Amino acid sequence: MSIAKTRAPSFRLPDGAVGWILPLALIVGWEIAADGGLIAARVLPAPSAVMRALWVTWRNGTLAPNIAVSAGRALQGLLIGGLIGFALGIVNGLWRPAEAALDSSLQMLRNIPHLAIIPLVILWFGIGEEAKIFLVSIGVLFPVYINTYHGVRTIDPGLVEMARVYGLGPFALFWRVILPGALPSIFVGLRYGLGIMWLTLIVAETISASSGIGYMTMNAREFLQTDVVLLGIVIYALLGKFSDLITKFCENAALSWHPSYAKPAERRP
Amino acid sequence: MSSQAQLLQIPPLASSLRLPVEIARQAPASPPARGGGLPIELRAVSKAFGQREVLKGLDLNVEAGEFVVVVGRSGGGKSTLLRLVAGLDRPSAGTIVIDNQAVAGLRRTTRMMFQDARLLPWQTVIGNVGIARGPQWRRHALDALEAVGLADRAEDWPRILSGGQRQRVALARALVGRPSVLLLDEPFGALDALTRLEMHQLLKGLWREHGFTAILITHDVAEAAALAERVLALREGSIALDLPIPHNRQRRAAGETELAALQARILAAV
Repeated sequence: MSIAKTRAPSFRLPDGAVGWILPLALIVGWEIAADGGLIAARVLPAPSAVMRALWVTWRNGTLAPNIAVSAGRALQGLLIGGLIGFALGIVNGLWRPAEAALDSSLQMLRNIPHLAIIPLVILWFGIGEEAKIFLVSIGVLFPVYINTYHGVRTIDPGLVEMARVYGLGPFALFWRVILPGALPSIFVGLRYGLGIMWLTLIVAETISASSGIGYMTMNAREFLQTDVVLLGIVIYALLGKFSDLITKFCENAALSWHPSYAKPAERRP
Repeated sequence: MSSQAQLLQIPPLASSLRLPVEIARQAPASPPARGGGLPIELRAVSKAFGQREVLKGLDLNVEAGEFVVVVGRSGGGKSTLLRLVAGLDRPSAGTIVIDNQAVAGLRRTTRMMFQDARLLPWQTVIGNVGIARGPQWRRHALDALEAVGLADRAEDWPRILSGGQRQRVALARALVGRPSVLLLDEPFGALDALTRLEMHQLLKGLWREHGFTAILITHDVAEAAALAERVLALREGSIALDLPIPHNRQRRAAGETELAALQARILAAV
């Protein structure tokens, strides 16, 4: 740190710019290689071709509805699975009998790869919306459950005892001590769950769907439109990044008390 | 009753006259806010964890507004005693009576300070002090912070406070509800010597002003001599010494030889 400061660089990059150097260099190199004929367009179209595909699919009205459908499924699955996981985590974390009754079953179910039940889900729900939402819910449920449960169980018992001595009832104890104490862990579960949410959705839409980004890319494959396939992948990446940014923003807002989330200026021992 | 007998080192008449005389003497300096404390009585209190008996039939009378310091080695049952008085645990035998009512759980007017401050990191300082909320809690919390000299830190996060400041916040939190009994479980054990002296002064001043009954636990004999009106030494679950501290009772500074003699007596009993 001190060495870097004494040898002052002649120019300074704006904050966060360093992280963009590598991807930009890759894209430029890719573009050059594709335009120069080093990579066949059928294998990997140039970035410019992907941008063109974006423009075309946007103009002909296939892109926006498909993104909306995919995002809607993701959000519904996240809400259902996340809420169930959160509720189970809280109940099992706070109440021993529930934990004794439910935890070992949940741990067993958790170890089934949820994508392995796709054939079963198709038999149950067909290829309708329910199938996708069900799969996403299952995928999101477990990481949220595990981390909520863990967050509740690892709250400092001293704080709970203090709160009882100071006359907090069960309701106040939950809202002012247990939930805020478990929140950092719950956010970890949420971010994990978001990753699994997109993953599940991609697989589910690729295997069986009649709309959504996954369907769009599978459709494009049929017509050898590699640029559209690539566009679908890029859009998934962007959607994932976007949802992660939203969570990060919520984390920073809700956990400003936490030393790890403090602004560097106010971080003191 | 054995503790009562030892108390007789002070003539009973003087003992009963102590309170009003002191109020009269203190009157010009600060208004007589004393009398907020409640008497505590332990009747043959025992506590066992499995086979191990930690407290063995303790009998003890603590007067309203008295400042008692319990000293003893670790594992001697000090914290157990305090938790029983707080209502956090139940005695295995015997009863604890506060204000003519047997303690059967946490009491609204009993407050406790712990060795660590136990501040909620996700609440600001004032949010911690006013943890019980209730009507106008911000004003009461701010008053309490004023009393411990931290009103300007009300909106800070606890993590940026020093150890001493944290304990002062914890003290303010204990004072908010105007407790009649304040239990302190080695609250200054983790502080450096200078900060500890500061805290002693602060606590003593607040005790005089509020008049709560205080029971403080420590293994520091000097702390006992500095704060207590009465020192109890707890050894192997029984009271080994019940010693009134004259200078704290009479509100005067103790001479060095007097302090040394007191500390030696306490040490011998621990």
